[in-house]
Amino acid sequence: MKILNEFRCSFPADSANEGLARATLSAFLIPADPTAQELADLRTVISEAVTNAIVHGYRGREGVVSVCLRMLPDRVVYLRVSDKGCGIPDVSKAMEPLYTTAPEEDRAGLGFAIMQTFTDSLQVRSIPDHGTTLTMRRKLRGHDSGNADG
Amino acid sequence: MKLHYDTETEQLFALLDGEIDHHTSGRVRAELDAAVYAHTPRTLILDFQDVTFMDSSGIGLIMGRYKILRPLGGEIILLRPAPHIKRILRLAGMERLATIRQEVGKEVVQ
Repeated sequence: MKILNEFRCSFPADSANEGLARATLSAFLIPADPTAQELADLRTVISEAVTNAIVHGYRGREGVVSVCLRMLPDRVVYLRVSDKGCGIPDVSKAMEPLYTTAPEEDRAGLGFAIMQTFTDSLQVRSIPDHGTTLTMRRKLRGHDSGNADG
Repeated sequence: MKLHYDTETEQLFALLDGEIDHHTSGRVRAELDAAVYAHTPRTLILDFQDVTFMDSSGIGLIMGRYKILRPLGGEIILLRPAPHIKRILRLAGMERLATIRQEVGKEVVQ
């Protein structure tokens, strides 16, 4: 599929960079003029994905989180967040609501549920000890919500 | 975050601010818990009026405080969340653990 615009970045798996990832996404989306809700949803989605990489992928260890943002035809936003952390042994288990491997940190276990709800598609590719890549797409339906396919 | 405890109503009022994510929630949690254990409030009011962003870390924050307050007979009120924050609260089923309110009740002391 034709890529209309693309921005890639990598940063250390430091929790301070969760805000940086959101700010980067916001800036990337400005030309697409998303609605307030679309912007809020996508900011939440990238926050969840980057937090997952830091908390569950690297578990507090050093590492690099890579983000790729793309604008595709028909106002489809593509987000890819990858880490080279510990991977997810059982992806379907990890995607169950309220399941978390870090309950002591008050993790709600809702990251995947939020990412699924706020995107049109979510793909998880994970290899234990090699890392995880989350790929998501969300079509911007625009300010004229009554004409969703317009 | 600003905290205020009213001894008469036994309400702990917390004016949250900024962005609540995994990075910022640890500090908020530590400050809240110190006040909760110091006062054992009947009601913990979390005011979201000045919160511009919240992800599931905020849900974890609420669930954790619920687990502490519930055995002590306390309740939680989530006050004035913006629409996108309310959406996440609803998605997470937070109305089962706490009361979501848009108006400041007369009992709330700022």
